[in-house]
Amino acid sequence: MQYTLLILLLPLLSFIILGLVDSKWSPKIAGTIGTVVLGIITALSYFAAWEYFTLHRIDGIYEKVIPFDMEWLRFTDFLHINLGILLDPISVMMLVVITTVSFMVNIYSLGYMANEKGFERYYAFLSLFTFSMLGLVIATNIFQMYIFWELVGVSSYLLIGFYYTKPSAVAAAKKAFIVTRFADLFFLIGILILSFYTKTFDFGLLTSGDPKVFAGAAGATFMGFSVLSWAMAGIFIGGAGKSAMFPLQIWLPDAMEGPTPVSALIHAATMVVAGVFLVARLFPVYITYTPEVLHGIAYVGAFTSLFAAVIACVQTDIKRVLAFSTISQIGFMMVALGVSGYGEHEGLGYMASMFHLFTHAMFKALLFLGAGSVIHAIHSNEMNQMGGLRKYMPITNWTFLIACLAIAGIPPFSGFFSKDEILSACYEFSPFMGITMTFIAGLTAFYMFRLYFNIFWGKEHKHEHTPHESHFAMAFPLIFLATVTVFAGWIPFGHFVTSDRANYEIHLDMTVASISVIIAVCSILLAMIMYRKESAIPKKLATAFSGLHTAASHRFYIDEVYLFITKEIVFNSISRPLAWFDRHVIDASMNGMASTTQWVSLKIKGFQSGQVQQYAYVFLLGTLVITLLVLFI
Amino acid sequence: MGDLLTNFLSGPVPVEAYLGLSLIMFFSGIYGFLSRKSLLMILISIELMLNAADINFVVFNRYLYPGHLEGFYFALFTIAIAACETAVAIAIIINIYRNLSSVEVGNLDQMKG
Repeated sequence: MQYTLLILLLPLLSFIILGLVDSKWSPKIAGTIGTVVLGIITALSYFAAWEYFTLHRIDGIYEKVIPFDMEWLRFTDFLHINLGILLDPISVMMLVVITTVSFMVNIYSLGYMANEKGFERYYAFLSLFTFSMLGLVIATNIFQMYIFWELVGVSSYLLIGFYYTKPSAVAAAKKAFIVTRFADLFFLIGILILSFYTKTFDFGLLTSGDPKVFAGAAGATFMGFSVLSWAMAGIFIGGAGKSAMFPLQIWLPDAMEGPTPVSALIHAATMVVAGVFLVARLFPVYITYTPEVLHGIAYVGAFTSLFAAVIACVQTDIKRVLAFSTISQIGFMMVALGVSGYGEHEGLGYMASMFHLFTHAMFKALLFLGAGSVIHAIHSNEMNQMGGLRKYMPITNWTFLIACLAIAGIPPFSGFFSKDEILSACYEFSPFMGITMTFIAGLTAFYMFRLYFNIFWGKEHKHEHTPHESHFAMAFPLIFLATVTVFAGWIPFGHFVTSDRANYEIHLDMTVASISVIIAVCSILLAMIMYRKESAIPKKLATAFSGLHTAASHRFYIDEVYLFITKEIVFNSISRPLAWFDRHVIDASMNGMASTTQWVSLKIKGFQSGQVQQYAYVFLLGTLVITLLVLFI
Repeated sequence: MGDLLTNFLSGPVPVEAYLGLSLIMFFSGIYGFLSRKSLLMILISIELMLNAADINFVVFNRYLYPGHLEGFYFALFTIAIAACETAVAIAIIINIYRNLSSVEVGNLDQMKG
């Protein structure tokens, strides 16, 4: 399966070409190159997935395949960084997800970004992102993953700040980069601790279940926890940064400043699930050696999910609602991983998490692209500028509705199946967790339909010009993704991706399924009553719970807390004294040396008069003095 | 006193006389080098110093190692080298004159700090 290398290299090539020619070629050519390359690698990924899932099954278990591997840096005899390609069920699945969504976004952008300044730059960055994300999922070792992890961060930064003349976009890009980079510091620390004790970076060895690998860490503790727990927690914090887990979620809503297709690709479908993928990749280590960290992940995920869902209910910017819903859904995936065990039925959570990752990528990308289509027609992100759009934009309306039904968990749409598996796994972990997650699922249905009714129903708003259905390039991805959303749920996912890579038959737990469907339907009806036609209920509720409402619409003041901590505490008590020390002690001593030298040279430069005879005179005097010294001393 | 002068005049020329001559030549050279304004005069002063050194070579060879010839050869070499050096110096001076229309050493201060 050597050709998988092409999947990685083609986007890189396209990035280099598009980046070098910049605006020398017409936007049409640049867009075509980017899209065609994506089309090719999408086809290659599908072929790779087909080949992998049909061929590589030994004793009912999917073998890991490494079609390409080379040593890149050697530190010691056993510690070296390789660059390679690792194909196993989750990486193959991610290949399919990334290339599909990326391909759709590339097509969509042909319409959405047409006539934008910097169109070629945009496509170059898209290719760079696709390259980095693919590199991340097929990494054979944790360090290679880290390299691509950072590349993903950079391309996300570049794309959020695409409209670099807009101050808010620049600020959002910086915020996203700094927050995720801060989290990545912990990731790096985790990697270093882990590799120090296990003497390897290789995923194959780490997840082999061989106790010898972890023998070095046995008994080593730090502050009451084993060093492995610290390492794995550090790695999870890195993942939490990228996946916007509480309290590192603050960058994701602001990242919506980027172009909408970018939000669909990076901040909904692919990059933000990198953290989930990371935990899934190291899952055997988490479950065997540090189950307490895994439980921590479950609680962090559940809290984030609830927190984001509550905020999503009161936001008015449609992209922000979707951003918070993304955070909430990633929380679901994290919870599912956290509550999962290993093998057969125990590993249900793992399978559910990956299943949800897959379906969520499709319908969330669809939601974002739909939102983009609406924004394109209305030229506003605000919900109260919309309403009654179903008449003008039928395709967007229907596809958006399908995605909303999927995320709300209504059968037979894909979200129902994956969410149901997650809920079953949660109930098996503890009833409390199951009830919490069911409640959040209800909230999800409510806020999604609040969004839907506000955009497509409700009171019609006056527009400067009549909104119209989008261009075909934009409509096609919507239709394609909607089709996937309708049918993806029927994929026998347990057949492909499970914790121990063996076959697992998914069976619906009818109690859990029916309860969650009833709750979802009730939530949708509630949203329908409140928002389908103009009604006074939302306002009354907002005044009744004014405290909660204001707090939620200010995102529970987490940003303010961050600002307070950074500006008031970190800046004033650490940065300013350090800056003072830098300026007045370090710089000053250097400046002092320079100015002393200058002063001395100014004083003695008179000797250099250019008069030959004066030089000779001084020389003679010197000779005399030395002679006298030699003679008489 | 009379005896001394007689000895001095009648006997072979004593070494002090040669050294005295070379000393006078050398310091005249130094004085000329330091005080003259014209590059040509400075060049002549340098030649004077070189010749003083030549005399020393010859004298010391004659009095200290009478059977040897190194000192004489050195003197001959120095004369040849002095000739070359003068040629170069004259060439430089001509160039200076072309550029500055003067050979005053005081005008050559473009290299000052």
